[in-house]
Amino acid sequence: MAFVYELMSTIGTTIRDVLPIAMIIFGFQFFVIRRPIPQFKRVLIGFLYVLLGLSLFLLGLEKALFPIGRLMAEQLTAPDFIEQWRLTSAGYGLHWSDYYWVYLFAFAIGASTTIAEPSLIAVAIKANEVSAGAIGIWGLRLAVALGVAVGIALGTWRIVTGYPIHWFIIAGYVCVVVQTFFAPKSIVPLAYDSGGVTTSTVTVPLVAALGLGLAETVPGRSPLIDGFGLIAFASLFPMITVMGYAQMSVWRQPRDKTLAVE
Amino acid sequence: MVLLKSLLGSLRDLTPIILVIAFFQIVVLQQGVPDFLQLIIGFLLVTLGLTFFIYGLEMGLFPIGESMAYAFAQKGSVAWLLVFSFALGFGTTVAEPALIAVSAEAADVAALGGMIPDTQSDRQSYANGLRLTVALSVGLAIVIGVLRILKGWSIQYMIMAGYGLVVIMTMLAPREIIGIAYDSGGVTTSTITVPLVTALGVGLASCIEGRNPMIDGFGLIAFASLTPMIFVMAYGMVV
Repeated sequence: MAFVYELMSTIGTTIRDVLPIAMIIFGFQFFVIRRPIPQFKRVLIGFLYVLLGLSLFLLGLEKALFPIGRLMAEQLTAPDFIEQWRLTSAGYGLHWSDYYWVYLFAFAIGASTTIAEPSLIAVAIKANEVSAGAIGIWGLRLAVALGVAVGIALGTWRIVTGYPIHWFIIAGYVCVVVQTFFAPKSIVPLAYDSGGVTTSTVTVPLVAALGLGLAETVPGRSPLIDGFGLIAFASLFPMITVMGYAQMSVWRQPRDKTLAVE
Repeated sequence: MVLLKSLLGSLRDLTPIILVIAFFQIVVLQQGVPDFLQLIIGFLLVTLGLTFFIYGLEMGLFPIGESMAYAFAQKGSVAWLLVFSFALGFGTTVAEPALIAVSAEAADVAALGGMIPDTQSDRQSYANGLRLTVALSVGLAIVIGVLRILKGWSIQYMIMAGYGLVVIMTMLAPREIIGIAYDSGGVTTSTITVPLVTALGVGLASCIEGRNPMIDGFGLIAFASLTPMIFVMAYGMVV
């Protein structure tokens, strides 16, 4: 009974989130375009599937993934745990390398949640369709996942060491700008987009918990100032890896220009 | 049959998460999972949810995004298209739960840093102002992005100019706001907005003569993640 109630309330919240979008779409459709939607019934059923799917997805995340993810982030950043697994000899202050399990966890959770990110799947399907198969769904998803993983791992390292965030972001931008000149033209807009799509439903809550937990336990960090910024890392690095992936595909097949122009 | 196949796909998509959690629980943390049954039920729900979402995506969200792009292109009214773009960007962002959470946190930071008086009402109005600012910036971003598709401007220079602005603003903005500003770029684009906006962009680029859907169709999300950074830092400087 409690479960049915929870499901209903999640569906309610999802409907509330989707309602403005639906109102804008159907409002414009009926008052401005004034033309029937092709296959209206099918589209409506599709919307219902999206609504139901998103509700179940969010409810499942709330029930399973978020509690355990937050708990693990807490446990892995706890001073006792770091002390127990430390590399440097006990008695001295902690070195940044003593937090290695945190970096590894950041990398692994960044990659695995990105693979399950629904909006990335959507963009990958579209890119595959538009490029007539030249951009593989899995190629794109793995490239983005690698970017998020590296980004979050680096972001946790930054929180531990306490270097200013804008150094990293500006250096990342420089890298993106340089790559833009060398990457195949057709991948550039998609690469820029992949920065924004990675961070939504699954990744953000887990990564935020990791950042806040770390900023709370590392001496000299303030959760309010240093806890933020991981999401920015997670949106920056996929651009670099996606362009890198395209560059590598071109280098590997110098004759086959499937990805290059077109 | 199609559903079954995509169910297996979802299961495969979620396997890495399960493996990562299992590895860290068993090997590293060496602790029992508190509520194992709930965990299993949760994962089943996530799998089922992802399956339905992807299924509905190709049935509902993609077609409607594309058909609206075609309809606007045929109608030939640029003004209405831009109004629609703004409404889509603004409307989907202003109600975004992640944004509501981030702006409340930003208000706490501002109060702590002494930028605003530390009272409930001041924090509330700061958070609301920030939310509207971000929503406005996303609306504007979609408008700029759609204009780019219509005119065929090249995206590189626009994004680079945006980065330049971000870097300049970073030097001017109060230090407390910078982390939040950078993060706000990532949280604005929700699971429903992304497929819709992508379908709109690709649809527009494929029905306008001389545009390549691959080069011109993508990029709307990029603008939507860039402008919030600039606007949030500006907000931090002004308020």
